[in-house]
Amino acid sequence: MRELATELAIVGAGPAGLAAAEIALRHGMPVCLIDDNPAPGGQIWRGGQAGAAMAGHPKLRLLTATRVVAAPAPNCLLLESADGASQLSYHRLLLANGARERLLPFPGWTLPGVTGAGGLQALVKSGLDVRGKKVIIAGSGPLLLATALSLKAAGAQVIQLAEQASLASVSRFALHLWHWPGKLTQALMLGWQLQQVPYAMNTHVRAALGNDRLQAVRLRRGDEEIELACDWLAVGYGLLPNLELARALGCKTHHGVVEVDHVMRTSRRDVFAAGELTGIGGVDKAQLEGRIAGLLIIGEYDRAVALAKRRRRWLRFAAALEQHFSLQPAIAQLASADTVVCRCEDVRFGRLAKCGSWREAKLHTRCGMGPCQGRLCGAACETLFGWQNAGSRPPVFPARLDTLAGNPSTAEVT
Amino acid sequence: MTLIHIKINGESVTVAAHSSVAAALAGRPNRLSVGETAPRAAFCGMGVCFECRVTIDGQSQQRACQVLVREGMEILCDA
Repeated sequence: MRELATELAIVGAGPAGLAAAEIALRHGMPVCLIDDNPAPGGQIWRGGQAGAAMAGHPKLRLLTATRVVAAPAPNCLLLESADGASQLSYHRLLLANGARERLLPFPGWTLPGVTGAGGLQALVKSGLDVRGKKVIIAGSGPLLLATALSLKAAGAQVIQLAEQASLASVSRFALHLWHWPGKLTQALMLGWQLQQVPYAMNTHVRAALGNDRLQAVRLRRGDEEIELACDWLAVGYGLLPNLELARALGCKTHHGVVEVDHVMRTSRRDVFAAGELTGIGGVDKAQLEGRIAGLLIIGEYDRAVALAKRRRRWLRFAAALEQHFSLQPAIAQLASADTVVCRCEDVRFGRLAKCGSWREAKLHTRCGMGPCQGRLCGAACETLFGWQNAGSRPPVFPARLDTLAGNPSTAEVT
Repeated sequence: MTLIHIKINGESVTVAAHSSVAAALAGRPNRLSVGETAPRAAFCGMGVCFECRVTIDGQSQQRACQVLVREGMEILCDA
């Protein structure tokens, strides 16, 4: 087992993690930045330049394609990468490991060709060729528009954008955007660039159709249903914080976010959290919170407090997002008895509907016990059945036995 | 654009450098569901759902969306 030590460990090299790392490095503090992705910049933002600019810094250890598997002892993380396992000891820890998409079941959602909304954007940004392909983007929230723009820029033909929220709700959100001029400008730019793309409100995907691959999508708009042929369907219902590691560390969470004070301290001493973990608010909120945490960590308490005053307007933005793009009841009722809910273990809605809790579902159906560890179906069951899934047991990420046994990865598994 | 040569189930494929393995698979099924009845392909695109698991250069259970292609890489799909 490789032994590493650092002053500041940052999990997540997205906008929050990079902003904090920049401040700590400028102060001369050794930083270890860990990210599951092959490159820094974050899953949605992909601010690769910010990461690249920092990459050669002598006090930075950048561990990409590396997962945090467990927190086996105080001030210690167990990491795994293709090179094997390592143990990282740290004095301070910043959790900036972001969010994932809320992906909800509907008939046909397991067909190849159906992806998350941010998911298809991520695939395109990592090189997926969509030139000339017909794409439908559906679900909820502003990420759909950003996805549409990325797809269009990559040469895809976005034939329909479908937002489940009502026109009234989206309009109210748009009318509030003047509070955040940067976001308003961004929205106007998006609107201009996407003016050729049909954008329907109060519309959701009823089913994905096809045998071995997606061929068409059935959309429901108000009382009418339409079918559109397409090559890709990207569906996402907003973002959810990745809470597994925070919970494993014993950080308090509340209403699905990590609890922090005004300067990003969690309930655990020397553990800080910034970005989507503390509430879904996008890149500006994440960068600001990363800077606040960074300042506090280098001992600049007064500057951190001064900067924290700006956080309020981004918390209001986060609240506005949540309010105006809240899910309509129909979205939780799309699955039929034979719709797969747990994709890892192939557990269908009909079997889950007979269970009374997340725990019972796990025991009787193996729901949530596959490699994703309930990352998808846990959130889906919360939306579908109202089950709370607050537990988190180590390892927080699937790991090789060698890693867990503390042995150096000597032999290749054959 | 730099091109990289890889093999998917023994078949030679040329893709852009810096592509992920999932992007190289281009939506083709990479595994069968637990019941071995239905084909599955990359879904979340962000390393969360584990639907895109493939064998890469002999190492099984690799998430295709989190691994970048390398010259000569051999990818095995189960579907």
